[in-house]
Amino acid sequence: MTAENRGTVVPTEQPPEEPVSLVDDFTPALIDVGAHPLCPGCGEPVAMRSILEAVADLDAIQRAIAVFGIGCYTAFSNNLDCEVLQALHGRAPSLATGIKRAKPDAVAFTIQGDGDMVNEGLQEVIHAAARGENITCFMLNNGVFGETGGHLTATTVLGQRTKNTLEGRNAKDHGYPIRLSNLLAELDGATYVARAAVNSAGNVAKAKRMIKRALDVQLRGEGFSFVEILTMCPTGWFIETQEAPGYLTDNLAAVHAIGVVKDQRA
Amino acid sequence: MTRTLMEGSEAIAEAMVAAGCRFFAGYPMTPFTEVLEHMAKKLPAHGGVCMNAESELEAVGMAWGAAATGTPAATGSVGQGLSLMQESLSEITLARIPLVVLNMSRGQSDYYQATRGGGHGDYRHLVLAPMDVPEAVELVQLAFHWSEKWRNPVLVFGDYYLAHTYQSVDVVPIDFGPLPARSWALDGSTGGTGQAKLLSPLGDVKQRDDVGYDLEDYYLRRAAETAAMVDGEPALVETGFLEGAEVVVVAHGTPGKYVRFAVQAMRADGLPVGFVRPISLFPFPTEVVAAASARARAVVVYENSMGQMIDDVRLAVLGRAPVHFIGGLTLDKSGFGIGPDNDVLVIRSRIEAVLQGLSSDALGSVEGANA
Repeated sequence: MTAENRGTVVPTEQPPEEPVSLVDDFTPALIDVGAHPLCPGCGEPVAMRSILEAVADLDAIQRAIAVFGIGCYTAFSNNLDCEVLQALHGRAPSLATGIKRAKPDAVAFTIQGDGDMVNEGLQEVIHAAARGENITCFMLNNGVFGETGGHLTATTVLGQRTKNTLEGRNAKDHGYPIRLSNLLAELDGATYVARAAVNSAGNVAKAKRMIKRALDVQLRGEGFSFVEILTMCPTGWFIETQEAPGYLTDNLAAVHAIGVVKDQRA
Repeated sequence: MTRTLMEGSEAIAEAMVAAGCRFFAGYPMTPFTEVLEHMAKKLPAHGGVCMNAESELEAVGMAWGAAATGTPAATGSVGQGLSLMQESLSEITLARIPLVVLNMSRGQSDYYQATRGGGHGDYRHLVLAPMDVPEAVELVQLAFHWSEKWRNPVLVFGDYYLAHTYQSVDVVPIDFGPLPARSWALDGSTGGTGQAKLLSPLGDVKQRDDVGYDLEDYYLRRAAETAAMVDGEPALVETGFLEGAEVVVVAHGTPGKYVRFAVQAMRADGLPVGFVRPISLFPFPTEVVAAASARARAVVVYENSMGQMIDDVRLAVLGRAPVHFIGGLTLDKSGFGIGPDNDVLVIRSRIEAVLQGLSSDALGSVEGANA
C-alpha cells in the first residue's frame, strides 16, 4: 500500500459522530442506484454487478445493450445506466440477435434466469448458440422460480425442495435437471461456455474473469459466448440467509459443476 | 415508368425494400413463404439482413430486436404462424416499437386476429387490406410510414391470391412526408451518461430507484397514445355506386375487388346496388358504412370466412338497415381459401337474391296491409 492510497486516518480517541461505512463509492459506473428490491442474501445483485463491471472494464459502456428476461433480476432493468431492451420471458436471445445483426457494433448481451432460459425459452438459446450468433448470454441459475416464490424449474437439482415439490424433486415424478452449459458446449457455434458462482469472494472473482472473457469473445467477433452464474436464493430455497452460500456449493454446484466448459477462443 | 410482370410476393418484397426495410425475419409457411424467399434474395444487396428464423417465435423476436435499434423491420407469416407471435406483438406494441407485420392469410378467417389481436393488454394495430398487387405495393410502403409515425406495429392483411398472382407493377418509393427522428432507438451510446435509454412494455422512463415501474402512469399514457393514433389516421375506404343504392355490399381484400366488379356489372344492368370496400380494417370506415346504410334498405357483407368483419359493419350500421351475410368459407382441399365462391357470378347471384328478397318483402307488407 502506498502513502497516496492509505486514505484518511479515522480518529479513534472518541466514538464517531456517525458510523463510517462507506470508505469509497463502489457503485459500478452502470448502476445508477445501488438500492434494489431483492431479498437479503440474493446472488443476483452480485452477478449483475459483476457483469456491469466487466462491461465497464472492457470499455464497452457506450456500445452495450442489455436484453432482460423476466425474473427477479428484471428489477435491474429499471436502474442501470446501460441501454436496456426488455424482452418477454424466454425470448431474449432472439432480440439480442436482431440487435446484433442490425447494429454489428453494439455489444448485445442477455440477462436471463434458469426459468426464463431453460424452461420458457430453451430453443432460443440453443438456436442462437448453434448459429454462432455473435452475442453473449448470461444465465443467473438458482434452480428455482424466485419471483413466483420458489417453484421447480428445469435446472432444480434432485432432492431440492420447492413449493411444488415439497418433498424435494424426484426423478420419477419430476424428471432430471438440465445442465445447460454442457448442452450448449456440444454445439459447434458456441465459442465460449463457462459456469460460475457468486457464493464466495473467490468465486465472484472467477465469475468476473469468465464474464470478461465471454464479452471479449463478442468484441473479437468470435461467435456465441455464454456464462451460467449460480446464484443464491435463500428465500426460494427456504433456508436461512447465511446458509445459502454453503447450500449452493453442496447442492446446485454438485450437479451444475463450476468451471470453464468450453473455450475455443482464437 | 418501368412496369414489370411480378408475382405479388416479389412485389411486396420490392415494396418493403423501397420503403426502407432493412431487416426481415420469417419462417416458411405458404403463402408467406415466397415473401421470405424474395427478402432473402433482395435484402443483402441493399445492405439489409434477412433471417431464416428457426420458428415464428424467434422470427418476431429477431424483428423486435432489430426494430429496437431503429432499423425499419418486418416479419410475418400466415394466420397460424401469427398466432404464435401474438404474445410478442403485444409486448412490442406496449413498448412502442415500430414494426410491419404481414399476414399472407389463407382465406379471410384471420380478420378477428388481425383487427383485435390475440395478445394481451390494451393495444391495437393499424391494419391495411390491399385488394391486389398494385395496391399492396402502395399499402406496404404506407405501413412502414405509419409504423414509424405512430411507433406502433402495422399489419398488412393479404391472402393466397395476393401472394401468388402475377401483375404488372411499377415499384417506386412513395414519399408520405416527414417522420419524427428515431430518438428512442437503442445503439448503446447513452450508456454511462446518466440518461441510458429503455425500451420496455413496462415503461420508458427508468425510475432509478428501488421502487420499480409505474405501470399506472405508463399504461394510461400508452392508452392515450393509441387513442391519438386512431383519431389521427382517418380510415381508408373505396366506395362506388352508393347514390340510390338499395343494397350496399361491404367486402375487403381480394373478394372486395370481385364484389366491386360484380356491383359495377349489376349497375350497368340497372340494379340499385353499391359497394363499400374498407382499405384500412382498423381504423374501420365506420362513418362511411353508417352513411351508406342510412340510405339503403339492406347492407350485405361478403367475406371468405364464417363472418367476422360483419361485426364491425353491424357496429357501424347500428340498426339503420338489416345486415345480411352472403359470404362463407370457400375452400378447396388445400385449405388455402381459393375455393369456388370467389367468382363474380356467384357473388352477383347472392346479391341478386337479396334484392329479390327485398321485393318480396315489399309485396309481403302490401298483402299485410290489405288483410
